[in-house]
Amino acid sequence: MVPYRGQWKILSVGLLSIALALIGPTPAAAQDEEKPYVIKDGVVDWYTFSGFRRYHAECHVCHGPDGLGGSFAPALVESLKTLPYDEFLEVVVNGREQVGASVQSKMPAFGENLNVMCFVDDLYAYLKARSDGALGRGRPKKQPKPQEARERDDACMG
Amino acid sequence: MRGSLRTSCLVAAALLVPLSASANEGLLVMQENPAEWVMPTGNYANHRYSKLAQINTGNAGQLQVAWTFSTGVLRGHEGGPLIIGDTMYVHAPFPNTVYALDLNNDATIKWKYEPKQDPDTIPVMCCDTVNRGPAYGDGKIFLYQADTTLVALDANTGKVLWKAVNGDPKVGATGTSAPMVVKDKVIVGISGGEFGVRGHLTAYDINTGKQVWRGYSMGPDSDTLMDPKKTTHLGKAVGKDSGTNTWEGDQWKIGGGTTWGWYSYDPELDLIYYGSGNPSTWNPAQRPGDNRWSMAIWARNPDTGMTKWVYQMTPHDEWDYDGINEMILADIPVKGKTRKALVHFDRNGFGYTLDRETGELLVAEKFDPAVNWATHVDMETGRPQVVSQYSTDQNGEDVNSTGICPAALGSKDQQPAAFSPRTGLFYVPTNHVCMDYEPFRVSYTAGQPYVGATLSMYPAPGGKHMGNFIAWDASKGAIVWSNPELFSVWSGALATAGDVVFYGTLEGYLKAVDASTGRELYSFKTPSGIIGNVTTYMHRGQQYVAVLSGVGGWAGIGLAAGLTEPQAGLGAVGGYAALSNYTALGGQLTVFKLPD
Repeated sequence: MVPYRGQWKILSVGLLSIALALIGPTPAAAQDEEKPYVIKDGVVDWYTFSGFRRYHAECHVCHGPDGLGGSFAPALVESLKTLPYDEFLEVVVNGREQVGASVQSKMPAFGENLNVMCFVDDLYAYLKARSDGALGRGRPKKQPKPQEARERDDACMG
Repeated sequence: MRGSLRTSCLVAAALLVPLSASANEGLLVMQENPAEWVMPTGNYANHRYSKLAQINTGNAGQLQVAWTFSTGVLRGHEGGPLIIGDTMYVHAPFPNTVYALDLNNDATIKWKYEPKQDPDTIPVMCCDTVNRGPAYGDGKIFLYQADTTLVALDANTGKVLWKAVNGDPKVGATGTSAPMVVKDKVIVGISGGEFGVRGHLTAYDINTGKQVWRGYSMGPDSDTLMDPKKTTHLGKAVGKDSGTNTWEGDQWKIGGGTTWGWYSYDPELDLIYYGSGNPSTWNPAQRPGDNRWSMAIWARNPDTGMTKWVYQMTPHDEWDYDGINEMILADIPVKGKTRKALVHFDRNGFGYTLDRETGELLVAEKFDPAVNWATHVDMETGRPQVVSQYSTDQNGEDVNSTGICPAALGSKDQQPAAFSPRTGLFYVPTNHVCMDYEPFRVSYTAGQPYVGATLSMYPAPGGKHMGNFIAWDASKGAIVWSNPELFSVWSGALATAGDVVFYGTLEGYLKAVDASTGRELYSFKTPSGIIGNVTTYMHRGQQYVAVLSGVGGWAGIGLAAGLTEPQAGLGAVGGYAALSNYTALGGQLTVFKLPD
């Protein structure tokens, strides 16, 4: 179990922004110690696969296939090289806006979207694996879904 | 001469003001004048055909750029300009600027309108902040904004005459489509099928902006505006509450079936035609049943909204094959008999020919040989015969169905085809892309994406190209010629009496080809990829061809990085090339003419 996984989920989604404030920034060092994904012989852990799958439902329309960016939104394979977990979570929950003469960029707030928030750590794991260069393009080979993940999904999705 | 014709139209329209049919009759006359381009679809029949022949197969190779105009916006530019008299109306994606350009005065800006819209609208637009252009009627320009505000502007001054709000972006409802003026009404649809928005077509009074009727894609008969006994599906009465009884419980309330494509109108039959989109969600396991009337072709009365007939092309969608593409109305021979036909190139890869009076299905054939999800359409039941291997429903949740053709982009998306009465052929911009599709459980939150499937797309097997531009014989249901294109062709076509057909490419080329053979006559690379529709008009005796550049839209986003190579290999070549290597964002109108 990686240290950050599920930190936010003990709280109801309605309280997310408060939760974020309470959690505060995660020390950067903590994230360097352990990767949020496991890849052995080209096979990824279920959670990373789940991140791939949810990414290509919820995110790829703007951020492009495989995190490579589109004309609409930045390449997350680049962003995740410098964006720490807590900031990633902050942007996913609250969104981000950049609207000017030549840019009309508006990331929506996904804080109340179970299809995103129940899998936000999976998304992070997948995108981190992509930005670390540990995972290539396309659909990865995956480990079977563990019972723990089933229980987690059922509890979160309601 | 053109000016005087327009004046006489206006006079005629003015005289008819007390009658309800004024704008319609004005447009019925105006659409016959090839000097103008009075509606986004070219004419009510959606032909995108011009009687102008100054540019022909012999001289199209000499075309040159006459003038250009920047819209000041960098997002995907769909649709195209209108030309009314000596004024050109050019629109842009969000924030949906409209410019009136004075063609008598070097296209100087007569007026500019830029609405203030909440940026929160941007992220609920699934596939870029596109807008397919304004409509003209009764001296007004009707702009359908991203935030679903329908605004009527004085065509001469740009002054706001009235506004109406058609939907709520907070639940994911947005405006992308071009309105159509029919009689004294302006008809608009709604976008947001990926947000669980229940689609509807709505008519507003052109003088007041008051809502006259609204017909939903699903729901009880009072919502769908269907008569259980008189409204038909393939000749049979639809029966009571056909818009709810193929859904479980209340699912129809977030059932999708949005109406963001093009509309056409037959003044003799007095019917408007359009298509409805995908049912929400993309996970078919969560919505058992046929999900009527998503994925359907509709014929409605423009005065009351009542549905005369409906035909569902893809019952219980499992691939996101929206049925919204344009309906082209043409009287063509089918099996030796001239029919009042409706021709439709669906996302699902079938080219349909129907009798537009009765909704009878006449022809349904694949317009891309790669299409594999169904073997054929049963002409009795109208149902596609689905191949189990490619059924994401039969394969089930959490199973990745591979090698499905076409991809969710469809064999063709909204980019409208053209019809030339001279050749009798339809000119169709197409996609040649396949996909893997894995549906999974998803929960609904208002205003949030409601997708429930992951997919990856790649060029159709054996090819190194992702698009074709084809000529289609709708009488037989057969391809006459086909030009491969590196990327999906996402630009609306134009056919002309000069037997030249025009279209744009995602790399940014404006191309002119021979209508009979497809032979390329001219090609020019504009500043950005083209997803706009080609327009032609005549001014001071000279024929012009105009097109908006500005890469974007669904194709622009998805292809920017290049598609996934299904068998992991090295190097991005051919069909796997990244669009971002060819073009970048831009928003420009380029206008072409022959040398003086």
